[in-house]
Amino acid sequence: MKVFRYDRSFEGLLTALFDVYVRRTFPEALIGEGEPVPMFATEVFEVYTDSGKAARVWTGLQKRVSREVCNMLMYVWFSEEKGSDLLLMRYLRKVFDSKDGVVSDFTDGDMLQARQIARRVAKERERLLQFVRFQKAADGTFYAPVSPACNALPLAIGHFRDRFADQKWLIYDLKRRYGYYYDLETVTEVSLTDVDTLPGIRLDDRLMAGDEKLFQRLWKGYFDAMTIRERVNPRLQRQMMPKRYWRFLTEKQ
Amino acid sequence: MSDKIVYFSGMKEGVFEKLKILAESAKYDVSCASSGTTRRNRPGTLGNTAGWGICHSFTEDGRCVSLLKIMLTNYCIYDCAYCINRRSNDIRRATFSVSELVELTIEFYRRNYIEGLFLSSGVVRNPDYTMERMVRVARDLRTVHRFGGYIHLKSIPGASRELVDEAGRYADRLSVNVEIPTERNLKLLAPEKDHQSVFRPMLFIQQGVSASAEERRKFRHAPRFAPAGQSTQMIVGATDETDRQILTLSSDLYTRPSMKRVYYSGFIPVNSYDSRLPSVGQVPLVREHRLYQADWLMRFYGFRVDEIVDDAAPQLDLEIDPKLAWALRHPELFPVDVNRADYGMILRVPGIGVKSAALIVSSRRHSRVTATALKKMGVVMKKAQYFITCGELSVAGVQDVKPEYVRRVLTARKPERRLPDENQLSLLFPEQS
Repeated sequence: MKVFRYDRSFEGLLTALFDVYVRRTFPEALIGEGEPVPMFATEVFEVYTDSGKAARVWTGLQKRVSREVCNMLMYVWFSEEKGSDLLLMRYLRKVFDSKDGVVSDFTDGDMLQARQIARRVAKERERLLQFVRFQKAADGTFYAPVSPACNALPLAIGHFRDRFADQKWLIYDLKRRYGYYYDLETVTEVSLTDVDTLPGIRLDDRLMAGDEKLFQRLWKGYFDAMTIRERVNPRLQRQMMPKRYWRFLTEKQ
Repeated sequence: MSDKIVYFSGMKEGVFEKLKILAESAKYDVSCASSGTTRRNRPGTLGNTAGWGICHSFTEDGRCVSLLKIMLTNYCIYDCAYCINRRSNDIRRATFSVSELVELTIEFYRRNYIEGLFLSSGVVRNPDYTMERMVRVARDLRTVHRFGGYIHLKSIPGASRELVDEAGRYADRLSVNVEIPTERNLKLLAPEKDHQSVFRPMLFIQQGVSASAEERRKFRHAPRFAPAGQSTQMIVGATDETDRQILTLSSDLYTRPSMKRVYYSGFIPVNSYDSRLPSVGQVPLVREHRLYQADWLMRFYGFRVDEIVDDAAPQLDLEIDPKLAWALRHPELFPVDVNRADYGMILRVPGIGVKSAALIVSSRRHSRVTATALKKMGVVMKKAQYFITCGELSVAGVQDVKPEYVRRVLTARKPERRLPDENQLSLLFPEQS
């Protein structure tokens, strides 16, 4: 069994695909640096990430498939699902080896699977747009903690930058320990390494803006009043708004 | 919650009570869509709209909360039998000031609670007076606060053309509710209203939308008028209309270019003392669901209304969905060969939706679509198997086994899952399933 070892970056993956054509061999497994070699590995090839090679692969891809497909592949990459990197390699190889149009053949397992993974990520991105809840801090920054199932935050940032252009905000992924901060001009990626400054799910009372509690209470009051008692259907509610988001929702506290 | 915090805010404590009262009064309106407009943010301002709409929360009844759905006031001069806010009801009444409503909308929006505002109102003094105040809220949001989020205004029946025109300049969507599908029954339940008062403002909106579209063809920056069009709502089950009457009216409404959505609201007996209303214990949720399915068939599946309901079957089948019901009435059209039939026909197969139909049509250019592939694409084979062929050996089609049999199989109740008996050891002989 042939194994490629790479640095688990997207550029690394594209370089690995470049190497597939140079070495005329296709891996049956991909491992990251420092990970144990699978038991039946016969050969382990090292992939040295090279942005030049990666760029050539990406430009080649853009010539062959539409922008939607390129986006979809990015979504698959952000899924963090096990085996999705090898799936991407198989996908790309098929694109480069076939004459035309293989991407619209969904009887091919890889094409269908990539699409389905991308849809799951898209769903998670949408749930960020839906369920992010900002709390206003005393300095006027709006803070929102999140913990999405896959790494969908980078895909959602464009939406928040466009929508909340006149307020400072910080959206922080508690699970992956990084986030994005917008200072009215640009969005920067931030990572709070200092455990003490790491904000939790709720802002501390002393950090909160004066009127924040009032608006939280108003929103919760509004939310409770909107329920029609004759139609109560908790199953439907959980289906549309899975419980794992509830701890972040102001109205569910 | 301490009083100190309230003291800091510009909002008075009374707002909390008002918000609750006016939300209670507004919640029976089902429309909450924030879809239909894509508007990017103007630099340095608050808000945009995403074309597909975003639901921000779901209440315990499973309905989506997308917009701040609220009434300006729940005082009303009318006495409509189906409405919670009718003049003769003894409920708590409240009125928001324009500035309170504007501040609530903006502060909720900043916290990503909502997509925007859906403002409706009871009628006070006269329709124009009420409409004028509603328009003022929208104007303040757009011009003073440069708010770019979604605004949906309910047009008050009987409001003048000038006010509807002004509302359309600020709002993304306008709506006038039909409420009762036939005029005879509307007159019975709401003696002060008639269909004229509903369809006239609808016409104003439509004319506004098409005039603006015409303008924008000539001048790219001409102002948009209610870019997300209009919607309306009908109450289902309060009067004796058949599904055929309801859906025929919907179908007529959809032929008008600006009409985007018709909502169906299962009748909730809020005024059970009124003898003109039927005494029902349960909200007709299944019927409401079937009506929505039929609505989808008309909008996305290319069905005509007379294919869904006709003289022979004026009511929708509550047991099976309208698409399956149609297929069972027309066994002669099946089986459909998924590798050859056109998209429109594949879409008509029960168990195949818009997405899987698109996948099938896209894939079959490359290779034969098999039953296994169909299943992976998300086709509900339990239903579809009776209506398709894909060039393989398959189960008998609907023509061979007769529609009655298919219907019986598909409506058979699932056997209830047996609960494990706590007193019995089940380790040795695990149940085979």
